Amino acid sequence: MSSPTSTPGRKRGRDGNPATREFCSTIPKMFLPNEVDMSSPLMYGTPSSRVEGTPRSSVRGTPARQRPDLGSVRKAPQVDLHSEPPSADGAVASEPNAGQRLVIWGTDVNVGTCKEKFQRFLQRFIDPTATEDENAGLDLNEPLYMQKLEEISVVGDPVLNVNCLQVQSFDAELYRQLICYPQEVIPTFDMAVNELFFERFPDSILEYQIQVRPYNALKTRNMRSLNPEDIDQLITISGMVIRTSQLIPEMQEAFFQCQVCAYSTRVEVDRGRIAEPAVCRHCNNTHSLALVHNRSAFSDKQMIKIQESPEDMPAGQTPHTTIVYAHNDLVDKVQPGDRINITGIYRAVPMRVSPIQSNVKSVYKTHIDAIHFRKTDEKRLHGLDEDAEQKLFTEDRVQTLKELAAKPDVYERLSSALAPSIYEHEDIKKGILLQLFGGTRKDFSQTGRGNFRAEVNILLCGDPGTSKSQLLQYVFNLVPRGQYTSGKGSSAVGLTAYVMKDPETRQLVLQTGALVLSDNGICCIDEFDKMSDSTRSVLHEVMEQQTLSIAKAGIICQLNARTAVLAAANPVESQWNPKKTTIENIQLPHTLLSRFDLIFLMLDPQDEAYDRRLAHHLVSLYYQSEEQIEEEFLDMAVLRDYIAYARTYINPRLSEEASQALIEAYVDMRKIGSGRGMVSAYPRQLESLIRLAEAHAKVRFSEKVETIDVEEAKRLHREALKQSATDPRTGFVDISILTTGMSATARKRKEEVAQALKKLIQAKGKTPAMKYQQLLDDLRGQSETAITKELFDEALRSLADEDYLTVTGKTVRLLA
Amino acid sequence: STTGESWSLTLTIIYSKTDFSNPKSGWEAKVVEFFKDRLKEKDAHTWVPSLNDVPLHYLKPNSLVKFRCLIQDMFDPEFFMGAYETVDPSTNAKVLRCGRYKDVTECGVDFNSRNTVTAERQTFYCVPIPGENPWVKEISSSSRVVPSTSYAPTRQKRSYEEDDMDDMDTQPQKQREPHSGWELVYIYFLQTHGNGDCKRQETEAPSSQTASASHLDLNFPLPGEKGPSCLVKVYEDWDSFKLNDTLEVFGILSVSPALSALADEKDASSSILDPTESMETAEEQRVHSPPASLVPRLHMLYARPLPHNNPLLPSATLEDNSAFLSSTLSEMASVRAELLTYLTHVLLGDALAAEYLILHLISNVYARRDVLPLGKFAMNLSGCPAAALYTQRFYQIIQQLVPSSFYLGMSLQNMNQMRLVPKKDYVANRLVSGALQLARNTFLFLDETHLEQGQLDTTGVRNVTALGNLISWQKVDYDFNYHQMEFPCNINVLIASEGRSLLPSDCQIHLQSQVSPPNMEEYLSNIQLHPQTSSQLNKFRIYLSVARQLDYSISDEMTKSVEDDFVDMRKDDPQSVSAEDLHRMLVVARLLSLSLGQTSLTRDSWLRAKHIDMLRRSRMEQHQCVNGNEP
Repeated sequence: MSSPTSTPGRKRGRDGNPATREFCSTIPKMFLPNEVDMSSPLMYGTPSSRVEGTPRSSVRGTPARQRPDLGSVRKAPQVDLHSEPPSADGAVASEPNAGQRLVIWGTDVNVGTCKEKFQRFLQRFIDPTATEDENAGLDLNEPLYMQKLEEISVVGDPVLNVNCLQVQSFDAELYRQLICYPQEVIPTFDMAVNELFFERFPDSILEYQIQVRPYNALKTRNMRSLNPEDIDQLITISGMVIRTSQLIPEMQEAFFQCQVCAYSTRVEVDRGRIAEPAVCRHCNNTHSLALVHNRSAFSDKQMIKIQESPEDMPAGQTPHTTIVYAHNDLVDKVQPGDRINITGIYRAVPMRVSPIQSNVKSVYKTHIDAIHFRKTDEKRLHGLDEDAEQKLFTEDRVQTLKELAAKPDVYERLSSALAPSIYEHEDIKKGILLQLFGGTRKDFSQTGRGNFRAEVNILLCGDPGTSKSQLLQYVFNLVPRGQYTSGKGSSAVGLTAYVMKDPETRQLVLQTGALVLSDNGICCIDEFDKMSDSTRSVLHEVMEQQTLSIAKAGIICQLNARTAVLAAANPVESQWNPKKTTIENIQLPHTLLSRFDLIFLMLDPQDEAYDRRLAHHLVSLYYQSEEQIEEEFLDMAVLRDYIAYARTYINPRLSEEASQALIEAYVDMRKIGSGRGMVSAYPRQLESLIRLAEAHAKVRFSEKVETIDVEEAKRLHREALKQSATDPRTGFVDISILTTGMSATARKRKEEVAQALKKLIQAKGKTPAMKYQQLLDDLRGQSETAITKELFDEALRSLADEDYLTVTGKTVRLLA
Repeated sequence: STTGESWSLTLTIIYSKTDFSNPKSGWEAKVVEFFKDRLKEKDAHTWVPSLNDVPLHYLKPNSLVKFRCLIQDMFDPEFFMGAYETVDPSTNAKVLRCGRYKDVTECGVDFNSRNTVTAERQTFYCVPIPGENPWVKEISSSSRVVPSTSYAPTRQKRSYEEDDMDDMDTQPQKQREPHSGWELVYIYFLQTHGNGDCKRQETEAPSSQTASASHLDLNFPLPGEKGPSCLVKVYEDWDSFKLNDTLEVFGILSVSPALSALADEKDASSSILDPTESMETAEEQRVHSPPASLVPRLHMLYARPLPHNNPLLPSATLEDNSAFLSSTLSEMASVRAELLTYLTHVLLGDALAAEYLILHLISNVYARRDVLPLGKFAMNLSGCPAAALYTQRFYQIIQQLVPSSFYLGMSLQNMNQMRLVPKKDYVANRLVSGALQLARNTFLFLDETHLEQGQLDTTGVRNVTALGNLISWQKVDYDFNYHQMEFPCNINVLIASEGRSLLPSDCQIHLQSQVSPPNMEEYLSNIQLHPQTSSQLNKFRIYLSVARQLDYSISDEMTKSVEDDFVDMRKDDPQSVSAEDLHRMLVVARLLSLSLGQTSLTRDSWLRAKHIDMLRRSRMEQHQCVNGNEP
């Protein structure tokens, strides 16, 4: 290709992204219908010939903005498809020849046809699959993009985002051209859209001409699959921003002034180079022109590095990175840490040929010129993520999943696929399965209640060595947004968020901890009992309100932490003491315990048949063929997809019968206790039941919560309660063990002892101070039942609460 | 054109009529296939000089070399000119050339040629296997076959014209007499090659550049490591490689000074307008294009995954070498007895601990079931005498037996300062290595006797957690700043401590010394086998490596019998044996069988496994009572 300056006539008039302003302002003339045939070579006028034209449209009044995102203007002429490509000049193309199809050099794009097609798309496209929430305020039965144009005329933001998927469904050929020749097709789109816009809204005033930004090109989704064939094509990839550079001013147009006669001229930058004029055209002096920086035109540019999202990576490899250039208003749109979908043109630039060296490195540098950014995590705040869904599931996959869901025993199937290396514990696995699906998110903020927790929290307690940690590890590996921490090593800071000084920018940066990171996922906390009190206290807020408040270093904020908590706790004594209640065994505050929907005990069942099955399971674990292991891996992938699908698509609502069943279940639960003067259920338990029932409906891919869901929720809840809230003294299930930390019988007993103690003290007469040990011995002496030291302490405490006495060290003093 | 000393294989340059720009011709696959065939021939691979043993400046550029290494980092894939055209400025003649297996193009590239083919390749940053013990290096470098002197200057020239692609195509299996030797290697270098560029012989010893070497961090996982690191360019099938894989790479060495020169030049004349300039930071540049004299480039033709790095074993897999296998198997029991005696002495007369140590040394993660690694056997050797540097001497003795190992003194300072977990450095765009980035079956010795009271800081806590994760799950979570990434590993961890270790372990054994030598130092140096007695040592070395690689199975009958046993044990006393205990006993039984060269579980081995586990546990209980700390 020869240099642009030598053959100005070959400049493509259709170009919407010319680098000079004079040039842009002359564009409208070729928009005029009937004046010249669009495909006619006449449109390649010289700059002088283009100045005239009917001063009709306001396109002309609106300056075009450069589009460095499409690369520097490639000076490709249009050529006749049937003739040989021109060797050096555009002579062939300029020959008017009726009946021949003119295309842009190197492509099969005919500007006129392409423009027409796109205009037809804009005018006619109605999205059949559109949903209300995505296009708020738009009429779904009217052409989508015409409404968007109207929006532009009102708002004045001259950017039209076009979903490539919609282009594809409307005109597959146009879509193919867009993907293959974005550099040529997008400017054509720009032209088409501006023409249409100013025709329809002739009086609109825009800052500059409308630019089309296509997104959602299905060409490539994964950075790993980029290959040389994608060069110069429109691609969409997802990734995470890891670094952004400072703003780089990039020269678009150089301004030269003659030092002798002050004649000035502008030279457009072509692929990073400026052809410095050697001779002044005015005074014919050689080498008299000097570059004037502050009259040259610059555009903003930023280098962004993105890295493959961890989910897209094959195991055992390191993530790939790609360089992205953002231009103009896309600069500073993204921050390190953002997860984005980026649409742009993939470029490969040969290493610069240096005049000193004869041979060069045979490597190309690759980057992407960004055209469109879409933050994926930002949308997470608003709920649905349509792009992510499309990425996750192919139609085949959805079909497989739906077939699986239709099976009557899907619930059992899934629960047995969960952590197959862990033996039995069916109910615990079922509970965790429901936790993985979660309930339906409801918003009651209008009625003042705020968000209603949809996540199911589960606590596993039990003897050490009953594979609790293994279960946690499994869950952590299964879910995409899982976090695994150990109560032993983690501090409150590691769980919540901390403020860090960025070493580079010296800026304060909020670094999020495990709980925030597992937003919309599961936070697995091992050794829950080893956690310090201060750390545990942050969990109170997270586990009910699902938010995290931070006030540190002048940063005050509330972060979302809609995470399900799966915790494992060991008994305080090395072995679980069946004579004690759950609270006594694990010594956790009941305020925290009541926030768990399900509390399971993982105990050694000690029964011969079980032992045999367990032994068989373990031995086969240690001797199993490779294929069987392979098979399981497949299962894990299916399970993962199944859960992801259900979580994104299925939002079950309570049916009439189900709500009735829930009410009955709750009333029943209340009744059990009331016979013995105990409360055995609180509203929190009802909420748990609802969540579990919803999760079970999700497992069935059902949009409705039905009675069977409630039945299973009830059963599971009862099973868990049976394990964790049975009063060891009476053998009855007593929810107050979990809600108040003490069973009703224990409370009654405490009250009795306190009264006995009070009597004893009163019997002693007027002794203002007593020895602690003496008092205990006396009480033991007169009581028929054994009085433990703990019981005695509690009695003392309750008397102290009555302001009857105080305990200081080893002395008990009467008050008043 | 070969110098007398240079025993490196010389390239045979073949001008080929193949159309490189036609991606369908499949010539690339043919080249690789050809190489694989040649290298399979008897001993052929031993003739290829190794980057591990031969100093870089003795190797000829563009010759075939091999490199025994670990993939430390994977860089981004790069696009390069797979085929390109050059124009001779004087005659305007165009020549099509191939860019494969080369870093630098010929002069006069026509960037606008329509025949240019863009191809893709991947770059791995490879380092010598971390912690490889001196004996391995010594044996592998001495085992290399030095070509007979008769060869060198009389290389037949005939191949230039005859052995072109046609030859390849029609008779790839053509029998060649093994000692026309140097014809083993044919490189398709695809230039008309009149300018004699390749005739340049040795690169000068890089005297000036070695000085600058110290500035460049070669990113070895372990401190104090030496040896070349290498940028390996992979042309085929790079997805099949994983980080931390150990490989023997056969490839073409490229040390073109032009590579470094390019890097230097960048600094001198950076221009704001070139978009390629601002892409990389200076650090990134240093890391990704280091001087070729320090970090040579290796264009991979073929890579052999290394299941082990023991040079005493035949390079073929054990199944393929049945003669070797059967002879070793028959000796297994007797070698085991000798090794047991030796280790018993080393462990101050404690035979039980010695037996467990053997089991530990041959343990191996052979499979994973969901998150559970099977076959791992991390051992805590408690009751180690703190005095007289016993643990260090002990490590030195083990070091003579295993191919790779690392000693990590768990002092507070080490724990708070060492980088154990690899971390991604986004500025230089590389994975900064850490001490836990180790090859499979590396023996990691954690010396807890060095741990004193004090405060662990954030790094320290992280390091201890990482060690705990490594032991429990055989995985290391690499730090990618915005997220962590889990890399499975297969490392044998032995923790030496005075009391019970603060780290988890699969089995704890308390050392009961039967002897109390007045001078520990003297005692140990007396029993330690010295390198001179290498035949004995070599027997042990082979034994340990072979035992680890054996297959193992449990018959249905044995499964039944183990089940019965478990049920019976639980019947008597349910507390005595848990599921976890059964897990461990199954591993012990497996290792015990393998240590005896038995590839399936027998009744005897199972009983023996139960027995030694019982002995070990009773010893632990005893010791706990003595401690008196428990309630």
